[in-house]
Amino acid sequence: MASTERLLLSGNEAVALASLHAGVRLGTGYPGTPSTEILEAFSLIGGPAQWSPNEKVALEVALGVSFGGGRTLVTMKHVGVNVAADPLFTAAYIDLTGGLVLISADDPGMASSQNEQDNRHYARAAIVPMLEPADSQQAYDFTLAAFELSERWRIPVILRMTTRICHAKTEVIPGEPRPSAMEPHFERDIPGRVMIPAYARPAHHKIRAKMEEIARWNEESGLNRIHPGDKSLGIIASGISVMHAREAAPDATLLALGLTWPLPMQMITDFVNSVDRCIVIEEGDHLLYEALTVAGLKVEGKPEMYRFSELNVSRVRRIIAGDVTPEAPRPRGKPPELCQGCSHREVFEALSRLNCIVAGDIGCYTLGVLPPFEAMDTCVCMGAAIGVGLGLRHVLPEAEARRVVSVIGDSTFVHSGLTGIAEMVYNPPPTGHVVLIVDNSTTAMTGRQEHPGTGRSLNHEPTNRMDFVAVCKAMGVKNVEVVDPQKDEAKFEEILKDMMARDELSVLIAERPCILAAPLIRKLEKAEEEKRCAAGCAAAPVE
Amino acid sequence: MAVTNVVLAGLGGQGVVKASDLLSTTAFAGGLQVKKSEVHGMSQRGGSVTTDVRFGEQVLSPMVPMGEADFLMVFESSQVDLNLGWLRPGGVLITPALIPEGALKNRKSLNVALLGAASMVMDFDEQAWIDAIHRCLPEKLHAVNEQAFALGRRLGAELSRPEVIEGV
Ligand SMILES: Cc1ncc(C[n+]2csc(CCOP(=O)(O)OP(=O)(O)O)c2C)c(N)n1
Ligand code: SF4
Repeated sequence: MASTERLLLSGNEAVALASLHAGVRLGTGYPGTPSTEILEAFSLIGGPAQWSPNEKVALEVALGVSFGGGRTLVTMKHVGVNVAADPLFTAAYIDLTGGLVLISADDPGMASSQNEQDNRHYARAAIVPMLEPADSQQAYDFTLAAFELSERWRIPVILRMTTRICHAKTEVIPGEPRPSAMEPHFERDIPGRVMIPAYARPAHHKIRAKMEEIARWNEESGLNRIHPGDKSLGIIASGISVMHAREAAPDATLLALGLTWPLPMQMITDFVNSVDRCIVIEEGDHLLYEALTVAGLKVEGKPEMYRFSELNVSRVRRIIAGDVTPEAPRPRGKPPELCQGCSHREVFEALSRLNCIVAGDIGCYTLGVLPPFEAMDTCVCMGAAIGVGLGLRHVLPEAEARRVVSVIGDSTFVHSGLTGIAEMVYNPPPTGHVVLIVDNSTTAMTGRQEHPGTGRSLNHEPTNRMDFVAVCKAMGVKNVEVVDPQKDEAKFEEILKDMMARDELSVLIAERPCILAAPLIRKLEKAEEEKRCAAGCAAAPVE
Repeated sequence: MAVTNVVLAGLGGQGVVKASDLLSTTAFAGGLQVKKSEVHGMSQRGGSVTTDVRFGEQVLSPMVPMGEADFLMVFESSQVDLNLGWLRPGGVLITPALIPEGALKNRKSLNVALLGAASMVMDFDEQAWIDAIHRCLPEKLHAVNEQAFALGRRLGAELSRPEVIEGV
């Protein structure tokens, strides 16, 4: 690829291209705004990519790839890292083989998320390096750097992006491909990879030593950059804040941190000492400010009000000026709503008519909380519908307990609903329980991705399909029914009402494709049918 | 350092993001630095969508500051008032009122028609816009969108340019 080629890419596309250039053997992940397009773009340009049922499994698959000597990319949104945190924290103790880069796509301002957590905390807590690009060029460059860092120190590396990095398109001039020299192979390393206490104790010391080494290396890593300027004001920033700050204070001297954990403390100290006044501009929590203050550096942070939501040029100007007067409210546009013709509509109309207490979950169907339905009473995290519904059933007086229904989407059911079903079967409430799976044959919320229940892989090729009815029955649920809530609206409501009246465990599957996904699903099904026919006609048994 | 700021606003499903892609592609092909930013997520459910496009010799933040848009293009009349705050004094407002009902064979190409109108007050060659349409849209949509673009250019002829934007 010519090195003068100019491309206009989103940060997500830049990560995908860099992963191709890094020779990634397998990309895994679970959809989640704003990370979803990374694996899709990677697959489109020829990279091997697959959706996992959830983020934990995705990271575990990636670990296997790394142990086998292949480079691997794992993508997820910020809350996905919570799900993957268990393998992540111990993976850090393990000497990896192939480079492993985990993309954490944070959503400050919560454009499309249930919380505003700042995943910079994870680098510190899990003891792993973190890179934070400020535009698509850096997303490209830092992805390649992250693979090299990961392989050199045999450690997982987090590339932390945010909505404005993932989805903003900016110029990228790609370089030459830089794949690893390593070919996949298996090398036995029992003390290095089997984390029993005897091996994990020395591993903890080792990872701390690795981080000290990386911190020293980071002083000259070339990943942090000083933009020279007037010495009366110094700014330290990372990620998108670098761009806002350079625009808000064009004359200031600015230290743009790229490898933001472990910090290059000497470089930072020299920088702070070189300016009259030094201010930390960071989106989200006061992490950098706290780390520098603990180290005894004289830096200013931001007023508490700027912890919330995204930063932008105006807010950075206000932080520098110490302005804490109330901000003008942003225009509040029209909220999203369920599409006209969406089959979730009939479901929520029925739940509303039956006066259900709805333990809800996350997906398009969460919009059932808004008028005219207002038929959702709780929404916490993916999969919570079932556990929360069971808890309510256990504690409420009988008449109210009976009204509790857990509502969960198909992708969410695969992601983290199965353990809820196990709980329900194991600890059934006295009034029984009803789980309603709203199965629209896609992960609609994040732009219609396939999942194990659709029977198609990331790039829409046929694969094995997980059968929800068989799974629920095999797990011990007594009543399992499938109904199209749009075509058989009355029947749907009748079955739901009947299930609520019984003291039994029931799963009702409301099955109807999302109207935005339906055209593609029909096309794919037709193509599969034709293929089956072409392959099977000659061999078809004569009746 | 002159940066041109454009805010495009409308509802999910109106092609706001597509229009911003066409504009960015046109500006980028002209050798300018371009940054385009929007918040995706739940836009297919008909909620409000705004996207920011900034171009010039050097663009830093990808977000247009409130009150600093040189151009505000709104694709749905109900969204105009809501978004006026983006526009700087003297900036250009482009709304669907420019394109009379029935002027377009298919109202779906309103986004491209409004870009056609905007193209009359932006300094890019007509051909650069057409190239972008070819690059960003599937072939079967080229003809209808070129027509919409041409209509927008005719109807946009009376738009007045904002005070000179240097460097573009
Ligand atoms: C741990 C975690 N991962 C990913 C997401 C993003 N996300 C929210 S809901 C959802 C799945 C929605 O699909 P489904 O359950 O099928 O409901 P639908 O949108 O199709 O109605 C995803 C991927 C999240 N909120 N939390
Ligand atoms: S995208 Fe699909 S699931 Fe989501 S609201 Fe529209 S029709 Fe319903």
